[in-house]
Amino acid sequence: MNNRSRDLALNSLALAALAAFLYWAHTSFDGYKIQILNLIAVNAILALSLNLIYGFTGMFSLGHAGFMALGAYTSAILILPSAQKQMMWIIEPLIWPLSVMNAPFFVAVLAGGLVAAFFALLIAIPVLRLGGDYLGIATLGFSEIIRVVLTNLNFITNGALGIKGIPSYANLWWNYGWLLLTTFFIVRLINSNFGNVLKAIRDDEIAAKNMGINTFFYRVLSFTIGAFFAGVGGALLGSLVTTIDPMMFRFVLTFNILMITVTGGLGSISGSIIGSVVITVLLEWLRIVESPMTIGSFAIPGIPGMRMVIFSLALILIILFRREGIMGMRELSWDMLFSRGSRARNHDEEGEDRR
Amino acid sequence: MTSAPILKLENLTMRFGGLAAVSELSIDVPRGAIVGLIGPNGAGKTTVFNMVTGFYRPTHGRVVFDGDDITGLQPHIICRSGISRTFQNIRLFSHETVLENVMIGCHVRRRSKWWSAPLGLPSFKEEEERIRRKSLDLLESVGLAEYAGETSSSLPYGAQRRLEIARALATDPKFLLLDEPAAGMNPQESQDLMAFIRGVQKRFGLTILLIEHDMKVVMGVCEYIWVLDYGVKIAEGNPEAIQSNQKVIVAYLGEEYVKYAES
Amino acid sequence: MSGSLFVQHLFNAVTLGSLYGLIAIGYTMVYGILRLINFAHGEVFMLGAYFVFFGISLFHLPWGVAVIGSIAVSSLCGIFVDRIAYKPLRSAPRISALISAIGVSFLIQNLAIVIFGGIPRPVARPDWLVQVMKVGEVRIIPLAIVVPLVTLALVLGLLWIVYRTKPGLAMRAISKDIETTRLMGVSVNKIIAFTFGLGSALAAASGIMWALRYPQIQPFMGLVPGLKAFIAAVFGGIGSIQGAVIGGMLLGLIEIMAVAFFPQLSGYRDAFAFVLLIIILLLKPTGLMGEKLEDKI
Repeated sequence: MNNRSRDLALNSLALAALAAFLYWAHTSFDGYKIQILNLIAVNAILALSLNLIYGFTGMFSLGHAGFMALGAYTSAILILPSAQKQMMWIIEPLIWPLSVMNAPFFVAVLAGGLVAAFFALLIAIPVLRLGGDYLGIATLGFSEIIRVVLTNLNFITNGALGIKGIPSYANLWWNYGWLLLTTFFIVRLINSNFGNVLKAIRDDEIAAKNMGINTFFYRVLSFTIGAFFAGVGGALLGSLVTTIDPMMFRFVLTFNILMITVTGGLGSISGSIIGSVVITVLLEWLRIVESPMTIGSFAIPGIPGMRMVIFSLALILIILFRREGIMGMRELSWDMLFSRGSRARNHDEEGEDRR
Repeated sequence: MTSAPILKLENLTMRFGGLAAVSELSIDVPRGAIVGLIGPNGAGKTTVFNMVTGFYRPTHGRVVFDGDDITGLQPHIICRSGISRTFQNIRLFSHETVLENVMIGCHVRRRSKWWSAPLGLPSFKEEEERIRRKSLDLLESVGLAEYAGETSSSLPYGAQRRLEIARALATDPKFLLLDEPAAGMNPQESQDLMAFIRGVQKRFGLTILLIEHDMKVVMGVCEYIWVLDYGVKIAEGNPEAIQSNQKVIVAYLGEEYVKYAES
Repeated sequence: MSGSLFVQHLFNAVTLGSLYGLIAIGYTMVYGILRLINFAHGEVFMLGAYFVFFGISLFHLPWGVAVIGSIAVSSLCGIFVDRIAYKPLRSAPRISALISAIGVSFLIQNLAIVIFGGIPRPVARPDWLVQVMKVGEVRIIPLAIVVPLVTLALVLGLLWIVYRTKPGLAMRAISKDIETTRLMGVSVNKIIAFTFGLGSALAAASGIMWALRYPQIQPFMGLVPGLKAFIAAVFGGIGSIQGAVIGGMLLGLIEIMAVAFFPQLSGYRDAFAFVLLIIILLLKPTGLMGEKLEDKI
């Protein structure tokens, strides 16, 4: 097919452009801007994982902060040098074998994802029988339980003190590498007939069962894969900010991810990526309103809380006036960009623009 | 009947609280026929469908399909064993395209596992291609090929009905249940539908059981008919026998009316 | 554990349970009618507490006036939230309204930080409410008796409204079938607003008593009690007012008694409710007194 080879070429080109941009940013951006670029990648991974669960499979989950916490703690413990672990766990020492276990960063992030996926599987079996809002509250409850447990299991998590000085391996290359891997995995899955099956469950679960689909299996599957990537995102975030504690994984973290996913468009992969660029930049930009300013001779003191006021107001306005977000269920594709036959949901368009 | 019945319902009963929606229903559906289940509104017809396809677990009684007891099995397992259905109020996957709707129906027969999709294994790609081709063929055979890329909810009503049947056929059923396929159709459309149902039955060698209120359709396509009233079977037979059956006329028109008409 | 200590714990449990129960009623009434988890309900609870203590310290209102005023204003806040954030979404998918509710919850919390300040504030309590009384070996404060009594009075009043008045009849009708009720000429939106108003008033009352019992107020104080009260409502059977009160009481008992008997569990106290939720949803999703909602095929 002509389109396929064209898309393949264009995708490779886009990847090369992204790599060149990252290389350029790496050498010429200041630390703050690089941090924002890093956050965009991590948020995009998290938004994609929530979109798989909620946007594509229709399961309203509010458990993301919990899965991120599991990923972040797992990976942090695996990449901290043993000597540092001995010094840091002051309430109770870290139990053996965790105290001596070490892994390369890639393995540690992978392990973070796997631990999150494992717990997702455990919780999925009872909780995914529920639908709609009950599922949301039950997963939020699960996430809170994780937080309470992390606060109390001193001999694994160092309790409320958290873990400091996590090696900051998560640079642009790692973060965007994982983002590409996540996007690739989810795009492949969603564009296959398995993706159609997930969307069928979202649209009409009864009809999906009638079509011979084991809807419970696929719900658990989608939830577990989503949790895996949430764990990966959490692991990267932990290494990015180098300090984690249970307070970091409160509900507001899930709220931010939900905001990105909804803004980008539920059921749109390119939407999640665009959404994470928009929201991450917006969130950083809004820090201005909380810091003191001087306009001319007026000194305006910073207003704490104002950032989240604007942010939550924005979410309400989106839900009230533009529920489909930026992209709706459409995808950005090469065909669409060249605006020919721009049926966005045509199956021949496997290639998405990745940025 | 020459061969063993494809579907046997034995004393099938469904109670909701104290109310018996279906009681002690026994039916033998002959293989390879088009047959009908009729009755006034609320007679329990759809409840029978829901029990056969696994959405309700019967209070008691058995559903035997092709010699196997399938009573109370989950809907997706019943589908895999070869029963498919349509719904009274069309239930398409409204955000998916016409083609995707049919492809979803093909899923139940697929072999490759989910993880072969992200890995992009050759066997997976072959199967995806096979599913796509099979779905396009099915769309061709129901006359919807030109709409393949449209969103299913944008189709006209009659086409949605046909798409729902095509989607059911994609599961490779041996036995197809149609719940009021002619509902909302004008006489011309119902006429076409009858030809369509006969065509599908022949082409795929199916047994078809349909619920229908349009008596022209029922009498036109069904070889054999069962009549339910208040969950109880009150008559069975070929169309001629049903049309002249006193009990059936009373059930439909009410005793008073029949007395009035006779006098 | 000595008998007197047990009685003290029992009083604590009933107090906490009453406060949960009052919040839970608002959740259960709104869910019964709209199938919506009013996520911002916990924030009304917080506002109730703030309004009273600002009324007293800023405007030097007498106690009674401050309490009544706070309940009235909170009640209006609840109605306003419905009007702005939920009403336009009545015909949208249910989860959209829930996301809107989550947004409102965060909005109010952060508005409270902006307006009232983020730091916790101590609450000055009238002396007579907290003077320790000794009844035999049992040491309790009058508040531990006042809270359950006020709760009882409020619940009885509410039940009277729901089962003996016209608006109450309309509320019950809407929870059975909103469309039919509309066709019968009931002004559905007014009744829904009325329901939000009632629920918010009870949440504010709970918030005020909470601030007296645990004398500190801060903008996030509504989040955890709100979530727990929703769980209490699910426990009791969503849609049932009596169920919400019973669920709240049982949750209060579980939280206090589990820690009383197993002090080593005290760090996990905030997790009990969520574990309970998962267990209920597994064993009896309709709760203790709820009715089953069936999918139509």
